[in-house]
Amino acid sequence: MSTQSIALPGTDATQRSLVEQLHQWVTTVDHKRLGLLYISYALIFLVIGGVEATIMRIQLIRPLNNFVSPQVFNRMFTMHGTTMIFFVAMPLVFGFANYLVPLMIGARDMAFPRLNAFSFWMTAFGGLLLYFSFVGGDGLYGAGNAPDVGWFAYAPLTAQAFSPGHSTDFWTLSLLVSGIGSIGTATNLMATILCLRCRGMTLGKMPLLAWLNLTMGWLVLLVVSPLTAAQLMLLVDRYLGGHFFDTQAGGSAVLWMHFFWVFGHPEVYVLVIPAFAFVSEIIPVFSRKAIFGYPIMVAATVGIGFISMSVWAHHMFTVGMSSSANTFFVLSTMAISVPTGIKIFNWLATMWGGQILFRVPMLFCIAFLFQFLIAGLTGVMLAAAPFDWQLTASYFVVAHFHYVIVGGILFAIFGAFYYWYPKMSGKMYNERLGQLHFWLFLIGFHLTFDFMHIPGILGMPRRIYTYEPGRGWDIWNLIVTIGVLFQAAGVVFFVWNMLWSYLRGVPAGSDPWDAWTLEWSTSSPPPAYNFAKIPEIRSRRPLWDLKHPEDPDWHYE
Amino acid sequence: MEPSFIPALLLAGAFLSPTNIFAPVSTPAQSIYDLSLFVLQVTGAIFLVVFTLLTYAVVKFRKRKTADGREPAQVYGSTQLELAWTVVPVLIVVVLFLAAARVIASIQNAPKPDNAIDVTVIGHQFWWEFRYPSLKVVTANELHIPVSDPAHPTPTFLTLLSADTDHSFWVPRLAGKTDLIPNHPNSMWLDPHETGLFLGQCAQYCGTQHALMLIRVYVQTRDEFDRWVREQRLPAHTSGAISEGQKIFERTACINCHTVSGTAADGHFGPDLTHLMSRDTIASGAALNTPVNLRRWIQDPNTIKPGCKMPAMGLSDSELDAVTKYMETLR
Repeated sequence: MSTQSIALPGTDATQRSLVEQLHQWVTTVDHKRLGLLYISYALIFLVIGGVEATIMRIQLIRPLNNFVSPQVFNRMFTMHGTTMIFFVAMPLVFGFANYLVPLMIGARDMAFPRLNAFSFWMTAFGGLLLYFSFVGGDGLYGAGNAPDVGWFAYAPLTAQAFSPGHSTDFWTLSLLVSGIGSIGTATNLMATILCLRCRGMTLGKMPLLAWLNLTMGWLVLLVVSPLTAAQLMLLVDRYLGGHFFDTQAGGSAVLWMHFFWVFGHPEVYVLVIPAFAFVSEIIPVFSRKAIFGYPIMVAATVGIGFISMSVWAHHMFTVGMSSSANTFFVLSTMAISVPTGIKIFNWLATMWGGQILFRVPMLFCIAFLFQFLIAGLTGVMLAAAPFDWQLTASYFVVAHFHYVIVGGILFAIFGAFYYWYPKMSGKMYNERLGQLHFWLFLIGFHLTFDFMHIPGILGMPRRIYTYEPGRGWDIWNLIVTIGVLFQAAGVVFFVWNMLWSYLRGVPAGSDPWDAWTLEWSTSSPPPAYNFAKIPEIRSRRPLWDLKHPEDPDWHYE
Repeated sequence: MEPSFIPALLLAGAFLSPTNIFAPVSTPAQSIYDLSLFVLQVTGAIFLVVFTLLTYAVVKFRKRKTADGREPAQVYGSTQLELAWTVVPVLIVVVLFLAAARVIASIQNAPKPDNAIDVTVIGHQFWWEFRYPSLKVVTANELHIPVSDPAHPTPTFLTLLSADTDHSFWVPRLAGKTDLIPNHPNSMWLDPHETGLFLGQCAQYCGTQHALMLIRVYVQTRDEFDRWVREQRLPAHTSGAISEGQKIFERTACINCHTVSGTAADGHFGPDLTHLMSRDTIASGAALNTPVNLRRWIQDPNTIKPGCKMPAMGLSDSELDAVTKYMETLR
């Protein structure tokens, strides 16, 4: 492990012109640069998806509002959902995985650097295709028209009869294209983790982040494939006279639901497992303790991966499955709370007896723990099928999955941003701005998503562009919309912090957190080749062993 | 928390909203309510325990100013603890699963008594068609059913079909929702114990006007319901001479979509208008059934319900007046 850098010919970018630097970024196959491309691409879409959400919230701020037409509102929730899942959350977790996995397992790059670049550009192309629909959606009909079929695009609304023009085609093609990118990255991550670990790093000595990303990798491979197949079938329906989902010609709307949710539910775990990975790295470092129960954490992760493949039809409790099918999916869905609960308790035990340091990354992780707990418990409510018959497709379920995706996943990702920012940029972020971001976002999150449960309980369905007064929904919708202001303000401070610190921040040094995994053993930012000499390790915390030669971890593992 | 406190709090919500799921008046909604109270109590208890532990850990083990700079004792795990927080959740899951399974069976597998009312519900973009096959009644958007005395239940069984895209029938105080899916008949049942008007709406995104696809369920005493059925079975009320409005109605494309029984109008794409004036609302609950609204609707439906499927017929003012007047005779 060496922090010295080697001057390679042609690696000194400072003297190059802007065009040459851009050319380097566009043609790069370096996992760190691709990781940063994924992340910055996702951040741009995060802002766009946020604007779409804000438009919806302004429309719903009071009953019978006329801020946007129903057509625009329907496009907004379709684009918001599709964007946030496929072009924000997935690129973010892929970006971090790309950047961190090779560094944390002591490798010089991903197993297939060119595949890596190909995957990123496919994902990027998918996002551009989706947004091109605003311009070219109706093709020959003239004006632009974004998709308006909802992010799970239930059949037969996507059939030519109900969705003429090309907006649905843009949706289908963008997911098809970015899905190919996702499958490429998943394959790459698995190959990297299985084949490129440094000497001494057995599977049992990998950082948890690598284990979790390995699980995420095979989950993506198994579940994005059916989604991609379904998109092809939909295209066949729309253009080649197929009748898979075309109910007017005897096709099956329920078949699409199965295809979509057999992807859609594990997708939640595709996103949340990397979030678990960030939390599993950050909590130990800021509690100054080793992760509690590493083997059971790995087992719980793999268990979640397996069980998550058998729960998809809990999205379909109201489509008229038999009572025995409903009962099975209640059991499988509730079962997933056991390994998830184990994780929460193990993080708790990691903090127990530690010395918790409330820096921004840790604040986000602590909020994650509380919020993920609540998200899990509302999940148990929804898993009880009869309760779900009332709650599903209402604002309760919207609040629930935003609790998972924002309160859980996004908070963990924000934690990861602040934790690895010094490594990626070489500069320290501004702690005060970070705290401001955290508290504003926390307040906004709770205003929006805590109160969003209530209109659902009071019978407000999701995806309605307007509602009548007298239903008891008005005040809750007002509060929910006010929360958006705080969240937006928080994100402004976040972006400002990232940019300002990059230009003005103090140099971070290679190991600002006194951490224990391999990425902190090389310089910040790491050189193109990551490590001058490939490290060799004896325990899960190689830097702990270096810093505490009198009491190394490999005595206990 | 006092166990009786939660139900009281939830019931209070009935005054807040006519569509509160915690104010059930029908057996399926009541069974769900009972289950949900149990689930809320269990999850609430879990929340309190874990919340307390997390808060305690965060406060108690924060890094103190007096820390001596040494790392805390490293603990790598504990099989007993990990076993404990695996086994206890497994037991809780088993209990919750059994409770849910019982309610699923009791609602989904409930036998249909001979005296049940049958209604076929057909979802359309963006309105509801209600057909009573044995009573020979066809109506739209406003479902009439008899109250069901728990001692002598007269439940209503709904067969759910769709004419186009997916929809979902949701009247929160009567039952959970069930989807209407083309080529995939579903069923559900209601047995309201109180008379009154119960509101609901489509709960599965079905296209542009999903938001204003509202449902009104009128629960009536048996006598009132029987009288309503008798009136609905009568053909359209005609005074002998064919009015100017009827001539215009039958001359334009109106009759391609609408039925007025006993006349030339026998379209099926839109609501049956034979007894239009017996309904309180038009446009699937989007507007009150007043002459002014009716005229506005006929003139340009998009001003009331943008994106709905009924086109503006381009009638002149006098034609509009005549057709509106004709509609007002359809009692």
